[in-house]
Amino acid sequence: MAFLGARARCSAAAAAKVAQRRRLAEDARGPPSPPGSQRAVLYVHWPYCEKRCSYCNFNKYIPRGVDEAAVRRCLVTEAQTLLRLSGVRRVESVFFGGGTPSLASPHTVAAVLEAVAQATHLPADSEVTLEANPTSAPGSRLAAFKAAGVNRLSVGLQSLDDTELQLLGRTHSASDALQTLAEARRLFPGRVSVDLMLGLPAQQVGPWLGQLRELLRHCDDHVSLYQLSLERGTALFTQVQQGTLPAPDPELAAEMYQEGRAVLREAGFRQYEVSNFARNGALSTHNWTYWQCGQYLGVGPGAHGRFVPQGAGSHTREARIQTLEPDNWMKEVMLFGHGTRKRVPLGELELLEEVLAMGLRTDVGITHQHWQQFEPPLTLWDVFGTSREVKMLLEQGLLLLDHRGLRCSWEGLAVLDSLLLDLLSQLQDTWWQRTPSPGPGG
Amino acid sequence: MWSLAGLGWRRGRALATPATRAARRGLLGPRPTLACPTATGCRDPGRRYSSAGRKEKIDMSRFPVENIRNFSIIAHVDHGKSTLADRLLELTGTIDKTKNNKQVLDKLQVERERGITVKAQTASLFYNWEGKQYLLNLIDTPGHVDFSYEVSRSLSACQGVLLVVDANEGIQAQTVANFFLAFEAQLSVIPVINKIDLKNADPERVEKQIEKVFDISSDECIKISAKLGTNVESVLQAVIKRIPSPKAHQKNPLRALVFDSTFDQYRGVIANVALFDGAVSKGDKIVSAHTQKTYEVNEVGVLNPNEQPTHKLYAGQVGYLIAGMKDVSEAQIGDTLYLHKQPVEPMPGFKSAKPMVFAGMYPVDQSEYNNLKSAVEKLTLNDSSVTVHRDNSLALGAGWRLGFLGLLHMEVFNQRLEQEYNASVILTTPTVPYKAVLSSTKLIKEYREKEIIIINPAQFPDKSKVVEYLEPVVLGTIITPDEYIGKIMMLCQARRAVQKNMMFIDQNRVMLKYLFPLNEIVVDFYDSLKSLSSGYASFDYEDAGYQTAELVKMDILLNGNIVEELVTVVHKDKAHTVGKAICERLKDSLPRQLFEIAIQAAVGSKIIARETVKAYRKNVLAKCYGGDITRKMKLLKRQAEGKKKLRKVGNVEVPKDAFIKVLRTQSDK
Repeated sequence: MAFLGARARCSAAAAAKVAQRRRLAEDARGPPSPPGSQRAVLYVHWPYCEKRCSYCNFNKYIPRGVDEAAVRRCLVTEAQTLLRLSGVRRVESVFFGGGTPSLASPHTVAAVLEAVAQATHLPADSEVTLEANPTSAPGSRLAAFKAAGVNRLSVGLQSLDDTELQLLGRTHSASDALQTLAEARRLFPGRVSVDLMLGLPAQQVGPWLGQLRELLRHCDDHVSLYQLSLERGTALFTQVQQGTLPAPDPELAAEMYQEGRAVLREAGFRQYEVSNFARNGALSTHNWTYWQCGQYLGVGPGAHGRFVPQGAGSHTREARIQTLEPDNWMKEVMLFGHGTRKRVPLGELELLEEVLAMGLRTDVGITHQHWQQFEPPLTLWDVFGTSREVKMLLEQGLLLLDHRGLRCSWEGLAVLDSLLLDLLSQLQDTWWQRTPSPGPGG
Repeated sequence: MWSLAGLGWRRGRALATPATRAARRGLLGPRPTLACPTATGCRDPGRRYSSAGRKEKIDMSRFPVENIRNFSIIAHVDHGKSTLADRLLELTGTIDKTKNNKQVLDKLQVERERGITVKAQTASLFYNWEGKQYLLNLIDTPGHVDFSYEVSRSLSACQGVLLVVDANEGIQAQTVANFFLAFEAQLSVIPVINKIDLKNADPERVEKQIEKVFDISSDECIKISAKLGTNVESVLQAVIKRIPSPKAHQKNPLRALVFDSTFDQYRGVIANVALFDGAVSKGDKIVSAHTQKTYEVNEVGVLNPNEQPTHKLYAGQVGYLIAGMKDVSEAQIGDTLYLHKQPVEPMPGFKSAKPMVFAGMYPVDQSEYNNLKSAVEKLTLNDSSVTVHRDNSLALGAGWRLGFLGLLHMEVFNQRLEQEYNASVILTTPTVPYKAVLSSTKLIKEYREKEIIIINPAQFPDKSKVVEYLEPVVLGTIITPDEYIGKIMMLCQARRAVQKNMMFIDQNRVMLKYLFPLNEIVVDFYDSLKSLSSGYASFDYEDAGYQTAELVKMDILLNGNIVEELVTVVHKDKAHTVGKAICERLKDSLPRQLFEIAIQAAVGSKIIARETVKAYRKNVLAKCYGGDITRKMKLLKRQAEGKKKLRKVGNVEVPKDAFIKVLRTQSDK
């Protein structure tokens, strides 16, 4: 009964509605078992880019004569195979990521969506997101993607400063980005997201906040703020190592993040995750599923998935990775129907660790109900209620544990990775201390 | 016959690296491949052949006292002591004359690398001259005053020395230190100017230096090239002509000086002895004057340079003796051995080794503790001068507090651990043994002494309970080209040194003498001196007792809590500098935490240095979607695991690395 309040509050958000529906459905089915439900979301990876961005270490390739029809056939085949293997009946969202999926033809997007709809139930209002790069997405093309079934756009704007865009190796200018953004909003009103980066080398707080304010004049209901992380193997990393670029200042990045969060809050945005902000309930249900540890299938080179291969009779969730390199991946798909390269069964504790680490990234955190779905015999109170370390974090005002559940405070969210070290240790200790119980949820 | 044992020497050749100078400068020198698994292993091959009775036992009675000469070679590092020894061994047929004889007497890898002698080696040379058969005992000495006590014991078995000086480099600090040890022992000194074949050799100038510094006429200098063998024969003849035979009496009861001892895992302790009176043979019952323990002699013999058993050893002779001693501490250097029930007056000057430099030693990984323990035990079997106390650091785990004779001794010990036992260790910044003269009657009662030695800073008594504190001092000798004098004087002043003497040893070389507080030279003095003189200045020091010092105990605090591992005793004038350096080092190595960390150095209640580590303002992965989860979880779990091992000081978590960075021996430049 204590949970009613939480549920009511959550229902304001579209994502929470989905979660609630899922919960109700599971309740009807009997003992809830999210690790192996019959629902999942689908991620489709398009591995090609026009150009390498200086900060990106993702699995992407600069294409040389890509046979798109062949890639399309493989994406469709792999989606069909994995859907069958998972035994999933309902796909709640699809996300086309990359790479630069806006470089793919709308026909490819349509073919994948069609295959999903044929194999399972893909409700008409399911979120279908496409990542779009400003230069590769003129208005006409965006309209074609819409016709193919895309209903949400994530625009990789990154910066409104042309010098910064150059530093990042982007092919677009700030005005290109704003134009794309305007067209996207016209086509997908209320369902456009923009990315803005912070913490770039030599970037200062004031000008960056100026960019954010400028962006607020143009943006829709969803903004993601990403702090640049220098990744090994990128051009930016090398330049900083060699000293041709100053190393990003973590102090300044922290300040930008804090100020940025405040500005967005004032503008009516809810920070529903560490880097994600939405107003008017425009949360990404697809990404929400990751943080709620729902099932997801990954299709395409190097895509990750986490699901129970129920179609193969299994009851254990697996972490899966598809073959990275596109040509090899295609060969495998053609030979075996899928390019799954690695399958790692997730133990019960491992799954709980993910529930904890992912769930705390959200503003709702981990509700008692959510936790109970994964671990009925052990409540959040059992695990964290008596820990000295947790008590200190609560006293410092970084963490909250109450009738709703466990979540970060505003300040705590910014240092979550520090909090998680104590919380994960505490979870592990409790897990190993308790006598192994062959309970129904075990 | 000797070619068999020569196998060992050939291996030695492969190890003689030219990088001796670099290696000598510090622990960080190039690390050569492990040549032999154990120290004793290195020494075994020759020993096995020599004692297997392949040679007929030598009748030592053929050598009356007047045909015996006992001498040492003393020299600065790299001036050619070992090469000269090789030539002398070849000339007398002790070893085959091959190109492979390089530093035959330096058996340890570290000795060949650093061009120093750690363990003295001895060889008996048989030499025919003018129709007489001579027995010339070359008694090798450790080449550094860290081992000055051992040097002085080696010298006390001699009547003369060859003082080898490089014709190019001239007199160096160690030449001076060694000369005075020989001079004080009233030995005949034969100056030998070596390396006259070098392009820049200037033997005349060196002759003048010798005349000026040692007051030895230039006529007495022998100019040689040990490398080419030039004039080496005249060195042997000078030994016979200029060094007196030992004053020894065969008729008297046995009186033998132990001047070195080594440990052999199969035969126990092998004591090197010089007989001043009497004779000794297998089966004799002998007594150690120091321990009063009785032993039965199993074997006696001479060293040439491996053990060669003989029937007997006679007064005036030098050789070895095996008598069932299990531990080198039973055959301490300087001890006197005599026949059971025939006690004699022990040789004067015996003292137990006195450690002057202490350092903590810990395994890098605690799981290596037992391996390291056994390595330390094996090494100390051969070196009783290292003192070992078990120690336990909250941060670094179980380890030891080791006492060494000096800095080089410490470095050599560490290098041998690494090279011969493949052990990786954390060596903490060395400290010196301070003393406190107590005023508190309660404390005096507790310690049962008025003057106590403070090895561990935790024992440092409060100022209100002492009359005064004392610190060890050394008399340092620096020889340098005059252009560096200014810089060197500034360096010495910064090290609280007091100048005692300054003298030009030739037109542009100066010898400086300074009284140094020992703790001022234990960390990086030698490196600083070398670098500011482009490598030209040399330094050596000798023990000079204790002096009053204004010492204080300095605490390091993290958010107000004392870090026990980091308590240090410092001179009042140095507290600020040292405290600041420690705080800065901690600041660089302490990870940010969820709150601000104040790092403070304090003397009593007074804060003398402070640094701040700011709190984390942002520590969260920006992008965490489907593909990022595995990597993120792995990273988080590894960090959580690491965090469990952190030591907590109050609420501050301190990684082991931070302690290592602060405690480990390092330069402050």
